[in-house]
Amino acid sequence: MMSDAFTPQTWLHRVPAGVKLAGLALLSVLLLPVGDCRILVGALAVIAMVYAGFGHVGMARVKLLRPLLPLLVVIGGVQAASGGWNAGVVVTMRLLAMLLLADLVSMTTTMSALMEALAPMLRLLRPLGVNPRKMALAVALVLRFVPVLMTRWRAREEAWKVRTHRRIPPRLVAAFLADILQLADRVAEALDARGFDPSGADRHS
Amino acid sequence: MDSRAIVRIALLAAVIAALGMVPSIVLPIAMGVPVTAQTLGVMLAGIVLGPRHGALAVLLFLFVVLLGAPLLSGGRGGLGVLFGPSVGFLLGFTPAAFASGLVMARLKTLPVFAAALGAAITGGIVVEYACGILGLMAMARMSLPQALAAIAVFVPGDLLKALATAFVAEASHRNYPAAIVSRS
Repeated sequence: MMSDAFTPQTWLHRVPAGVKLAGLALLSVLLLPVGDCRILVGALAVIAMVYAGFGHVGMARVKLLRPLLPLLVVIGGVQAASGGWNAGVVVTMRLLAMLLLADLVSMTTTMSALMEALAPMLRLLRPLGVNPRKMALAVALVLRFVPVLMTRWRAREEAWKVRTHRRIPPRLVAAFLADILQLADRVAEALDARGFDPSGADRHS
Repeated sequence: MDSRAIVRIALLAAVIAALGMVPSIVLPIAMGVPVTAQTLGVMLAGIVLGPRHGALAVLLFLFVVLLGAPLLSGGRGGLGVLFGPSVGFLLGFTPAAFASGLVMARLKTLPVFAAALGAAITGGIVVEYACGILGLMAMARMSLPQALAAIAVFVPGDLLKALATAFVAEASHRNYPAAIVSRS
């Protein structure tokens, strides 16, 4: 669920994560001041060709953007009403182009590769109190907690639905929250018992 | 920061994520109003963990989303979310959780329900909307009145969400007295 490890490799997968991130930043700066429809149409055409080159994987990714369509239409409409058709089309196309570009990077880069590319930046934040070791633990915990929470919630939901046809009341959610907070506190005790050092000192430095 | 704080921060980040993924957690009192349940998790993070740790939980959630985990409502994730018109709402999650936590901690003398309701409205509506409006103005080049009109439809749904948050906070405090950090 969390990684694209099973999707086929494309040429963009082989580009280093840092290069893709830098390219994305550069393109966003370049595209922002563009007010000419023709340039944006050209950019969108190039992006569409890249997606098309990825086959059904690329198309599936584009489909994920569908919930954003109403918002894009509203934004385009508001702009068109106040600044003319050109303004509406330009704003909508630029948003779409940036969304698609950024999604290209995410689609072709694994989470671990991104984290590695970000590691130097995280180290720069160390004077501010950011501890890379704690960050890594916290990210791992989030990714593990999500499926655990979903499974536990589904069990409660099913138990409720077996007993009644009424809707799930908020107090069931409250009991669930209290339950998982207790779970978290037990996980913390288990971490301490296994010798996780929360101060996160770098033993080798 | 002890392990308990780290694990709780990770848990609330996961709660925000899970709320975006499960369509069956439709708020029972929302009656068909189209709302994402995700801001409910944001308000809860501030209320349960306090301002600093609540904001950290949201930052952690956003970090994992930007790394590419498809955890935003609708299965979105990755760097693309930074360039969407709703980015203001997304980045507003952090100050929203902070504000919720701050209000919750300040209203210690009030009953949990009233304090949590005040916290949820301050964070989830006042602060969250201010950030969302700024985002719409910057990304979609909207004027202030235009942005205000565009988001007015969400106010009733978010008021109901604030009520639900307050109820959940109060009931979980009764179930597990250590649940809310500022009350234990």
